[in-house]
Amino acid sequence: MARAQHDYDDIPGTFVFDAERSRQGYGINMFCMSLMKEENRKAFKANEAEYLKKFNLTPAQAEAILKRDYNRMLELGGNIYFTAKLGATDGHSFQHLAATMTGASQQDYAAMMLAGGRSVEGNRSKSGKAKTGKSKSKSKRSAKRK
Amino acid sequence: MPAIGAALDNGKTEEPYWKRVFSGFEKSKAWMAKTKPDVAIVVYNDHASAFSVEMIPTFALGCAAEFPPADEGWGPRPVPVLKGDPQLAAHIAQSVILDEFDLTIVNKMEVDHGLTVPMNLLFGTPKAWPCRVIPLAVNVVMYPPPTGHRCYMLGKAIRKAVESYPEDLKVVIFGTGGLSHQISGPRAGLINSKWDKSFLDNLTKDPKKLTRIPHIDYMREAGAEGIEMVMWLIMRGALDDKVDEVYRFYTVPASNTAVGHIILENRRKAKSKQAAARKATHRIASKG
Repeated sequence: MARAQHDYDDIPGTFVFDAERSRQGYGINMFCMSLMKEENRKAFKANEAEYLKKFNLTPAQAEAILKRDYNRMLELGGNIYFTAKLGATDGHSFQHLAATMTGASQQDYAAMMLAGGRSVEGNRSKSGKAKTGKSKSKSKRSAKRK
Repeated sequence: MPAIGAALDNGKTEEPYWKRVFSGFEKSKAWMAKTKPDVAIVVYNDHASAFSVEMIPTFALGCAAEFPPADEGWGPRPVPVLKGDPQLAAHIAQSVILDEFDLTIVNKMEVDHGLTVPMNLLFGTPKAWPCRVIPLAVNVVMYPPPTGHRCYMLGKAIRKAVESYPEDLKVVIFGTGGLSHQISGPRAGLINSKWDKSFLDNLTKDPKKLTRIPHIDYMREAGAEGIEMVMWLIMRGALDDKVDEVYRFYTVPASNTAVGHIILENRRKAKSKQAAARKATHRIASKG
């Protein structure tokens, strides 16, 4: 069954971890959870594909994990607080992970954060229906008053 | 916030980058030292530590006698075990459930940086915490979290419960969680200072307006993880309608997020027999 459409699907660059993704991504997230234990981290590192067989993953999910395709993991039901444990297992800082998901180098990402972060302007909506978010409804109201 | 915890644990608080963040909490620590609460109710969210995807309670009240710091993959943070207040917690549970808030009761729970970092920022790094703690874990990881309105009303029910407790205690309530931030997906790094400022303004002046913000607005304007801000409304609901803003601090960035913090006090003095002489609150934005 195709994924039901939601208002938040219109937010660009965002995979909302909703109840449907939570169901779908249970295996990904439980795999990540297992990495909280040192013996599991070792077993995973020793043979990644073999270790993943312990979890009920679709081939696409297993591939995303093996390729460290973090956005794809999110799309297929992974949650960032869980997938961050995989990043930590690889010895990466969270900022490294965040940069990877945005397609920027860690240096560029860090510079963006120091400069105040990513602006919401131009990043609210895929369809352009919510160009200015809350301020839009305000300006509408003020327009009406006029 | 894990980054704030790591900076604390690794003695980096005097480095310029982190000093800017930590210095914003000096006044708050002084306020807390003066206030000397008996109990802190800490509204926070777990980050795949106590709760995985096996169980996702919307509101989970910590009723245990103690809460050890969780091992989040790097060993437990070097902070003291938190002592609970099982008697007050049980009283709150009984009261709010009869007020139609169907809490999950948790009698065994480890607490992660979502709780221990705000404790450090407000109490420093003592050998033992100076007050008892009742954790209230809110699901903001899986969508949908409870609505802002629901959170606000739960705060009111908690206030009622605390005030009906026979013992006269000084109780503070922390709302924690992010202000604007997104740490997942290609839009990661989003910060919306304008939104944050307006949220903090209304937290003091017009919280009812905040209770009407739909989830989509939080996620669109303040980031996918910015939806955590609904937790602040539990704290706000527990306070009087009219409050004094004692202190505010806001800075960008702390690692991947904005950090904001506000202390609100009830205007009227509590009657001597009532608990909750002064509810404070505060919040720490972020994740990182």
